[in-house]
Amino acid sequence: MLYFARWKIALICAVCALGVLLSLPNLFSPSWLARLPNFVPHKQVALGLDLRGGSYLLLQVDVAAAQRERLSSLIDNVRNALRDANIGYTGLEVEGDAITFTIRELDRIDDARQALRKIDPDLTVEITNDGSGTMRFGAVATDARRRQAVEQSIEIIRRRIDETGTKEPTIQREGSDRILVQLPGVDNPEHVKALLGRTAKLTFQLVDTSVSLEDARRGRLPPGDVILSAEEGKGGHAGPPAYVVRKRVMVGGDTLVDAQPTFQNNEPVVSFRFDSAGAKRFGDATRENVGRPFAIVLDNKVISAPVIREPILGGSGIISGSFTVQSASDLALLLRAGALPAPITILEERTVGPDLGADSIHAGAVASIVGVVLVVVFMVLFYGLFGVFADIALFFNLCLMLGSLSLLGATLTLPGIAGIALTMGMAVDANVLIYERIREEVRGGRTMLSALDAGFKRAFGTILDSHITTLFAGALMFLLGSGPVKGFAVTLSIGVLTSLFSAILVTRLLIVTWLREWKPKAIPI
Amino acid sequence: MRPLIVIRSTPKIDFMAWHKGGFAVSLLLTLSSIVLFLTVGLNYGIDFVGGTLIEVRSTSGPADLAAMRQKLDALHIGDASLQGFGPPTDVLIRLPRQPGGDASQEKVVQLARQALGQGVEYRRTEVVGPSVGSELIQAGVKATILALLAIAGYIWFRFEWQFGVGGMISTLHDVVTTVGLFALFQLEFNLTTLAAILTVAGYSVNDTVVIYDRVRESMRKYRTMPFRDLINLALNETLSRTMLTVSTVALAVLSLLFLGGEVLRGFSIAMLWGVVIGTYSSLFIAAPILYYVQPNRAAIARSAEGAKAGASGTP
Repeated sequence: MLYFARWKIALICAVCALGVLLSLPNLFSPSWLARLPNFVPHKQVALGLDLRGGSYLLLQVDVAAAQRERLSSLIDNVRNALRDANIGYTGLEVEGDAITFTIRELDRIDDARQALRKIDPDLTVEITNDGSGTMRFGAVATDARRRQAVEQSIEIIRRRIDETGTKEPTIQREGSDRILVQLPGVDNPEHVKALLGRTAKLTFQLVDTSVSLEDARRGRLPPGDVILSAEEGKGGHAGPPAYVVRKRVMVGGDTLVDAQPTFQNNEPVVSFRFDSAGAKRFGDATRENVGRPFAIVLDNKVISAPVIREPILGGSGIISGSFTVQSASDLALLLRAGALPAPITILEERTVGPDLGADSIHAGAVASIVGVVLVVVFMVLFYGLFGVFADIALFFNLCLMLGSLSLLGATLTLPGIAGIALTMGMAVDANVLIYERIREEVRGGRTMLSALDAGFKRAFGTILDSHITTLFAGALMFLLGSGPVKGFAVTLSIGVLTSLFSAILVTRLLIVTWLREWKPKAIPI
Repeated sequence: MRPLIVIRSTPKIDFMAWHKGGFAVSLLLTLSSIVLFLTVGLNYGIDFVGGTLIEVRSTSGPADLAAMRQKLDALHIGDASLQGFGPPTDVLIRLPRQPGGDASQEKVVQLARQALGQGVEYRRTEVVGPSVGSELIQAGVKATILALLAIAGYIWFRFEWQFGVGGMISTLHDVVTTVGLFALFQLEFNLTTLAAILTVAGYSVNDTVVIYDRVRESMRKYRTMPFRDLINLALNETLSRTMLTVSTVALAVLSLLFLGGEVLRGFSIAMLWGVVIGTYSSLFIAAPILYYVQPNRAAIARSAEGAKAGASGTP
């Protein structure tokens, strides 16, 4: 017990030295660190947004809405398939996550099944014997689609945020259909939120001039048409409130390769360029429809509906509407980044200004330092020299904690700082247990050496049991908690582990060394 | 270098003489906590119920709460609650959850910013939608229950089931009364409070385990000592440790409470109460419960040989 093998001493010293070395970078400013040679550790503890200031957004990808939209786009195919097969039907519509309809001729259900299965292999077709049918995406297809939608959304969100010039954004998936966005240094995320809140699906569609808006609204909407309202501009927009537009898309925004804000007649506009396929389709469509208006549609709202004066063959064009400089540059940004595959809702926003962050660091550091100093003084008051040993162990514990946090790339939050302060108070518990045990053994009449030996040995089981229960609480907080709670759980758990090492091994090594070098006659506690 | 303060001898306090009083007090505390929780309820922060929280600092001297309230009331976005937060320049504004799901919450911040206008600096903005809030409540309740079960299970595994029951009851007592404290003073109950409560659970068991360990050891050592005296002995022998540890943890928590800033206040209050009540419950609930559920002394004595063999293997 009171003998340490050489290699053990070396190992304990090495771990302590490593802890000091790894935690050292946290004392210096990053610019200072940059001047140090490469072999010195540079990693600092990453600060959470609540300490460095910034914005945290939790987004939900509305996969169901995307699926509903996809189903409504398939309704035309269902209609055509049944019509081509000459099968009568009623009540064709999208209901929840399925297309529903009723087959009129019950003897043709099998034909209907066959015709409908060809539409999309992912769709399951179910028609009961009384003719009522449902078509929906299977679980596997829905899952694959959700994954794809979330991944695409992450990519597009990243592009949009990068375009705004935010430094070091973190964009990651959370759960099955959520995305976590962290924007360090952003203290007013309104602009980013506005950019993320838009799907930015751009299409060019022909305006149907054969029917007036009033007639269409009264129910005389030609098949294949849809009524789309006009985008509300900055005020002076003198167009109709809505348009009757062909559902068929001439060209989609996915064929754009570039979009830039610019000016035309002193008005902010957005200029764009198609890729070659898009340019060809746009050229063909405009050639066939000279003299007729087409609608530029963004997220199901008509931005403007210019008349095609001549075929547009160059593959580039200009979107004019009632833009402000800001909205033109935003639209250009959104078009460059691409459309989101599904609408996005912001579930949670937490923004901390840089001043509060700095105040929190300051308050947390002061509280921690004062807490540690109080504990250190307390230990010396109650245990004298052994208290000093415990305090040295506590110092190494702090270094090991900071070092582990830096090494693991863990994020330090304000509750995390509270966790450090708290662990400092709890870490000496192991020392208290050992020392109290030694005192008892001395009182019980043991000699100095055997009391020391028994103290460490007997306290060990208790220390282990009591630390493991704290680890349970820490692990559960980490697994089930979110953001700030996780940060606290990490520091608490790491602190419990490092205190096992420092309070037991480091303290013991110090006491053993003291015994060997000073050869005391009695224990000073 | 000798310690300045030395506890010379083992105290001889008859804890068991007080345990019925302790049970009565704890029962009263627990019941009133439950009643408070059910009637008055907790003052849930936006983490759990959704809503908007904005911390602003007036850039022109002390903040004028009345004027701010007027500006916000004009928006008709429900009852805004304003309170001073630390220095007189700082105000914490809470806006209730808006009707209409997750998407409608976001607009409120913009409206409030426009209404408050210039002259304030935004230190913190938090918007939580209703769906996240209810998930966080579920996760929190789940974490607390699992923590209690895991702790009881571990004690059962390391000791006998009777110890597990005692540990669970005393930990539950600490958790419930901490919640009761928050209901009584209507302190904001948020995510960090929940973290504090879980830590309290961990700390409370830590304390209990140390005492149980000693009870078990004494059961092996003094096989014929009346159980009542044995519990007293174990409590007295560990009393100095109990007091010293509660002191060091309390020192750390007190410095957080007074110096850690407003954001950590709720956390520190929960921790401070939890540390005190956790120590109390280890002494007056967890240990005396053993007297009533009476662990099997013969079985523990028999396991002594095995334990000895195991102990010699540990470093």
